[in-house]
Amino acid sequence: MRCLLVNRADRAETILQAVKDDTAYGRGGLSLPNRLVQSCADALPVGGVGLVWMSGAGPGAMLAATSGTARVMEELQFVLGEGPCIECSHLSRPVLSEDLARSGPGRWPQFTEGALNAGIRAIFALPLQVGRIPLGVLDLYRESPGSLGEEDLAEALAYADAATNLLLDLHAAMNPNELHEAFARPLSARDEVHQATGMIAVQADVTLAEALVLLRAHSFAVSRSVEDLANEVIARELRFDHQ
Amino acid sequence: MGAQERSIGRRAVNHREQRLGEVFVELADTLVADFDIVDLLHTLVEAIVELLEVEAAGLMLADQRGGLRPIAASDQQARLLELLELQHQQGPCVDCHASGERVANMAREDALGRWPEFMAAVEESGYQSVHALPMRLRGQILGAVNLFCDSEAALAESDLALGQAMADLATIALLQERRVEENSILVEQLQTALNTRVVIEQAKGMLAERAGFSPASAFTAMRAHARRTNQTLLVVAEAVISGTVRSSVVLDQGSR
Repeated sequence: MRCLLVNRADRAETILQAVKDDTAYGRGGLSLPNRLVQSCADALPVGGVGLVWMSGAGPGAMLAATSGTARVMEELQFVLGEGPCIECSHLSRPVLSEDLARSGPGRWPQFTEGALNAGIRAIFALPLQVGRIPLGVLDLYRESPGSLGEEDLAEALAYADAATNLLLDLHAAMNPNELHEAFARPLSARDEVHQATGMIAVQADVTLAEALVLLRAHSFAVSRSVEDLANEVIARELRFDHQ
Repeated sequence: MGAQERSIGRRAVNHREQRLGEVFVELADTLVADFDIVDLLHTLVEAIVELLEVEAAGLMLADQRGGLRPIAASDQQARLLELLELQHQQGPCVDCHASGERVANMAREDALGRWPEFMAAVEESGYQSVHALPMRLRGQILGAVNLFCDSEAALAESDLALGQAMADLATIALLQERRVEENSILVEQLQTALNTRVVIEQAKGMLAERAGFSPASAFTAMRAHARRTNQTLLVVAEAVISGTVRSSVVLDQGSR
C-alpha cells in the first residue's frame, strides 16, 4: 500500500523535476506547461497533448498544446460545449475513449465529427483536481484507435498529477492577487469570446449563457471558429439582434 | 509443551495476525477515503498498544514553530508523562524528534542519566521503560510516538519494526492531508481568478455595446469608475452585468 502511493507521487515529482530542469529536455524557451505537455507526448504512445485550465463553468483557458491538432481538440470542446474533456471535468474522473469513431457519436455527436475530421481517433482526458475542486484537464489524443494499456495509463496519471502540482506551484510562488504568466497570458484565453458574449447578450436581449449558445450555434453553422466570429462581433461586422 | 498449549499458542498468533491485518486495512483505508486525521492518530496509538503489547503509547507532532505538542494518547497517564517530557524538554520523544532516529531499548542507567526528571515520573507511574519511534518521511520529521512498558525487557526488533510501519502510514496520511489543505486554498484562488476574468470580459462587452464604445474603452471606463468609487473591478463588472449600475454612471457622463 505504501509502495503504491509513494511510487505514483514519486513518479509525478520526478516528471515535474525533469520538466523544470531545462537541460534534461532541451526545451529552453518553452513555458513550463508547454514543456510538460511535450514531455508527456514524448513519453507516451499518443499523437499530442493539451492542457486546459477549467472552472466549474467549463473550459476557461488553454494553457498548453503540443500541436495544431491538440489545439483543434480543445477548440472543438469549447465551441460545442461537449466532449471528453468537459465530461471528465464534470465527473471528476478520467474519461477514456479508445475508439472515438465507435463510442464517440453516441456520447458527443458534434464533437466526434469534428475530432475525426482532424484525424483524432482516440482521446484520454484526465482530471486535474484538488480533492473535489476542479482545476483543469490533461487531454491526450491518438491518431489511431486503441487503449493506453495499464502501464501507460499509470504514467499518464502521473503526468496529470505533475501538471496539477506544476500549476499549484506556479501559483503558490506568486504574491497575493497576482497571477503567474502561465495563467495571465495563456495560449488561448478567449477574452474576445467573452467580450462578444457580453455584446450579444445586450444586442439580442438575452442572458450571457444564452448569448454564448447563440455564438456557438452560429460558429458551428458556418464552420468558422468561435474566436473568428467573436472578433467580427467586436469589430461590429456581425450582430445578433433580438429576434 | 503439550498439544493443548501449542494449539492455544497457535490460536493466539493467528488472532494477532488477523488483528494486524485488520489494523493495517483500517489505517490504509483512511488514505483513500475522506478521513479525520485526529481519528486516525488515535486509532494508531490504540493499535500500537494492542499489537505491540506495550502498556501505553502517546503521539506528539511538531507545530509550525518546531515545538512538539501531544496529540493522542492511549490513556491519561501517558498523556501526563508526555506533558512532563515537554515541560522538561527531556525524554525519548524529544530526542527522537530532534534526531529523526528511533530511541529504543536503552539501559536503565543510561535512561536515568539522560532524562532524570522524566524517568523519575515514569517509574512513579509504574512503567519501567520508554521508547520512541520517529514519524518521518525522507527528510521531514513530523513528530514521534512514545511507547511505555511495564518491564525492563527489550522490545523485540520485530515489534519495533511493526510499530515503525504503523507510524509511517500515519506520517504519509498526515503529509497528504496537509498538502491537500494547502492545495485547496491555491486551487480555489485559481478558480476565482479564472471566473473573475470571464466576468470582467463579459462586462466589458456589455458596457461596450450599451455605450457604443470598443471593449477596450469600456474597460478604461470601468477601471476609472472602480477607482472613483473605491471598489474592485470585479464588483463593478458584476454590477454592470446585473444591471445594478447604469452605464452612464460607469462612463461618468452627464453629471458634471
